[in-house]
Amino acid sequence: MSENTEDSEITVRPELRELPERRESLWLLILGPLIWSAHFLLSYITAAVWCAKVAGRTGSLSCARLAIAVFTLLALSGIGLTAWGAWRRHKYGRATVPHDLNTAADRHRFLGFATLLLCGLSFVGTAYVALGIVFFQSCE
Amino acid sequence: MTDMSHQNQIPKNEEERRAQEARLAKPWEAPPGWRYWSAVNNTEVGLWYTVGAFIFFLFAGVLALLMRTQLSVPGNDFLSAETYNQFFTLHGSIMMFLFGVPIFEAFSIMILPQILGARDLPFPRLSAYGFWCFVIGGIFVCGSVFFDAAPRGGWFMYPPLTTKYQEGIGADIWLLGLSFIEIASIAAAVELIVGVLKTRPPGMRINMIPLYAWYVLVVAGMILFAFPPLIAGDLLLEMERAFDWPFFDPDRGGDPLFWQHLFWIFGHPEVYIIFLPAIALVAMIVPTFAQRPIVGYTWVVLAAVGTGFVSFGLWVHHMYTTGLPGISLSFFSAASEAVAIPTGVQIFCFLATALAGKFVRNVAMLFVTGALAIFVIGGLTGVMVAVAPFDFQVHDTYFVVAHLHYVLIGGVLFPVSAGLYYFYPMVTGKTLSEKTGQVAFWFMFIGFNVAFMPMHLSGLLGMPRRVFTYMDAPGYDILNMTSTVGAYVLAAGFACLVYEVVRPKKNQPYAKRNPWNAGTLEWMAEMPAKPWGARTIPLVKSRYPLWDQPNFLDDVDNGRFYLPDAEEGKRETMISTSIDAVPIQCLRVPGPTFKTFWAAMFTGGFFIFATYKWYTAAMISAALALAAILYWLWTGTAKIPEKREKHVGLGMTLPLYGSGSQSVGWWAMFITMVADVTAFLGLVFGYFFYWTVNEDFPPASASGPGFGWPLLAAGILLGSWIMTVLARRWNRQARSGAFYSALVTAIVFATAGIAALAAGPWLADMDPVSHVYPATVWILVIWTALHLGLGVIMQLYCMARRFAGRMTFEYDIDIQNVTLYWHFMAITVLVTTAVIGGFPLLT
Repeated sequence: MSENTEDSEITVRPELRELPERRESLWLLILGPLIWSAHFLLSYITAAVWCAKVAGRTGSLSCARLAIAVFTLLALSGIGLTAWGAWRRHKYGRATVPHDLNTAADRHRFLGFATLLLCGLSFVGTAYVALGIVFFQSCE
Repeated sequence: MTDMSHQNQIPKNEEERRAQEARLAKPWEAPPGWRYWSAVNNTEVGLWYTVGAFIFFLFAGVLALLMRTQLSVPGNDFLSAETYNQFFTLHGSIMMFLFGVPIFEAFSIMILPQILGARDLPFPRLSAYGFWCFVIGGIFVCGSVFFDAAPRGGWFMYPPLTTKYQEGIGADIWLLGLSFIEIASIAAAVELIVGVLKTRPPGMRINMIPLYAWYVLVVAGMILFAFPPLIAGDLLLEMERAFDWPFFDPDRGGDPLFWQHLFWIFGHPEVYIIFLPAIALVAMIVPTFAQRPIVGYTWVVLAAVGTGFVSFGLWVHHMYTTGLPGISLSFFSAASEAVAIPTGVQIFCFLATALAGKFVRNVAMLFVTGALAIFVIGGLTGVMVAVAPFDFQVHDTYFVVAHLHYVLIGGVLFPVSAGLYYFYPMVTGKTLSEKTGQVAFWFMFIGFNVAFMPMHLSGLLGMPRRVFTYMDAPGYDILNMTSTVGAYVLAAGFACLVYEVVRPKKNQPYAKRNPWNAGTLEWMAEMPAKPWGARTIPLVKSRYPLWDQPNFLDDVDNGRFYLPDAEEGKRETMISTSIDAVPIQCLRVPGPTFKTFWAAMFTGGFFIFATYKWYTAAMISAALALAAILYWLWTGTAKIPEKREKHVGLGMTLPLYGSGSQSVGWWAMFITMVADVTAFLGLVFGYFFYWTVNEDFPPASASGPGFGWPLLAAGILLGSWIMTVLARRWNRQARSGAFYSALVTAIVFATAGIAALAAGPWLADMDPVSHVYPATVWILVIWTALHLGLGVIMQLYCMARRFAGRMTFEYDIDIQNVTLYWHFMAITVLVTTAVIGGFPLLT
């Protein structure tokens, strides 16, 4: 709201000083799903190009599987890191869910919790996609 | 921003309050008489849009009944094969493009401002333009069936069927008529995203927004990434049909599978684009009738955002039988299973809310319950067909028809019917009859299941889709007759609903205010609603302000919140920051005009004339459309206000003008260009797709654009971009001479750059008809050149605005937005030149 009100709020509750809006971002909220998307596309493109241009339609997946395994490790670590940061934001201060108070702190906690949940989904989604390389050994 | 010494605007007595209301009502009134059709306000345009979408829905429904009549007995000759093909193509296309997506946009344009306590969305004229485009395109596509000229290649228009084996203009009508509507959809998406992010009332932080707004944000974002690939595909397919450029012709290096990729990159998210908004209605209805806050707000947000992403990883599950490598299928199968997780989560949240609360029984809740029951069955068969080996068995059979109707009717039609019952009083001030609603529901629910449940079996028996008749095989006849009977029962139910909606209600008293005792802002409205939408823009402190904030309605009515008055007689609403909803601007929104109508007519003219290959008329129409749009922008946007700031009540003063990222126009430009770049990337994807499917690409024998011309073009065009950026800076520094000379240089560079870009393929005599390689190079060059041409018009526009005094060094929205456009041009130029000039060097 107005600067004066915000200022007086900050004097009363010092925690608000660290939580200005400009430090928040909706991009962080979707970082987990973005990593899932990147992993998905990279895995698909790697397999498609490998089978079309390198190994041929009946060839072995060999190196492509290894590459996808590396992508998966990187993606899962990235999602894990994002989730860890999100967990810390979710746990900020003393309040618990549903994070529905009209304060900067609850907005901060809410974004953290939502990010955390999305990381959970992205983690499972990435692991699902990676299962393909466990079972498929050739391009057929 | 704040000026505490200023008197606030709370009316002191009844007389003052009346005077305020009179001043406020005046600018917001709908125009009288025939000028009513020049209205642009969300309440009018949203209503027309909704009615329009329902009329198209009824039309497609009648087509479905005629098809079911044909299929009632084996070997029937009620419809010829030819007519049947037109009917099923139109049925699918209309339901998807003229009902599914538009009904979301229509509902959202109508109710989103009310849900956010805003007076209107930031670009009402853009909504009106989108609506008129939708009507013109819709009538054109639907009307074709009366001239036996309708498209008949299925709603997915697969080549080579639509390029080699179908005479007539049916496919062109589909490609051009629907491209036109896709543009309207993107326009609405831009409007809705900016609406959710920037027009929230003070206090409505991101953790407080109604769930409907979350879904709108996600779905509009999905439209930005889903529709552009289809627009790119439409462009390629139309180029093949009209000019024989061989994008999908394997004899000349093309590949019909590329169309399938582009179509389904659009087509699968599309299913969620129409499902999520309908489920968003459920997210508003359930808490109201449970009389308690939603259980698991954040989990529903997870579901909306998660589904939005994962739905983009499913497209190949429509292409399981095209012979892609098993490993590729496995990725898409995994994602198709994963999407069930967020979808399930939100359903559990709704059930938990309903069970934890009071559960008021009425027609809206009946439709919600029916929706969930039907949708869950569709979801389960969805998990079945996501498994590739199962899909191999049922692909292209009635099992898939059953699955998709369970998903779409359970996931869209039933929630929309619930929404109709729920929101009807908000729009008209009157409630719909419970009794008729119950009859309608039971007819629809029973009819639907009788019609579509047997299709699972006919599909498993092997009955193929999209064939106008079937042989007299055991089991087929009884199952099909049952389906037909069910379809008529479903239609009868829907007819009851339509009757209840349109029946005259003159003698029926108005409903009481907030008839459902809901907690969200759209129910602040009086019955009947006043033209201003929100009497004042409230300060929000809860997710359900009508339940939790004491004296809320009284404060709203008595002008104790923001913008209670319209002293200057202008339409105004508040713009706030995207996360914490801190007010940053008092936005003047434009009023009624016919300019948008004419702009839409001429835009429509371009697409319609092009269908008949009347290219001169099409070009004239395109030029008129451009002129109409420029006139609309010149007279109606980025107006310099008569004063710098305005007192908006409660001791707050806000600026009347904001440029750069402070302006809503900048956000709209950014979002539009994201969609534009997505379409461009669809074309770039084509280049690399053809590289993977062809043995040698570029073909060893073919001449290419070389390296020199693209490099030169990139250099000059980036120069134009830099000069535009400098023009913006020098304008800010009030250096007029430098501003004009920078823009003149930018225009010269852009023009020279376009020539250099075209020189590569032109001087190499690349013939786009001969092979897909020259065709792909040319399409990238043409796309880039057309965009640069538009960029030049924008640069000229800025010079003219500055010259006419409509833009100054301080009020500089135009050059800010044009510079943003040029940032995207820089990306487009770099990618195009790197691909056509650089990639051949690597191979």
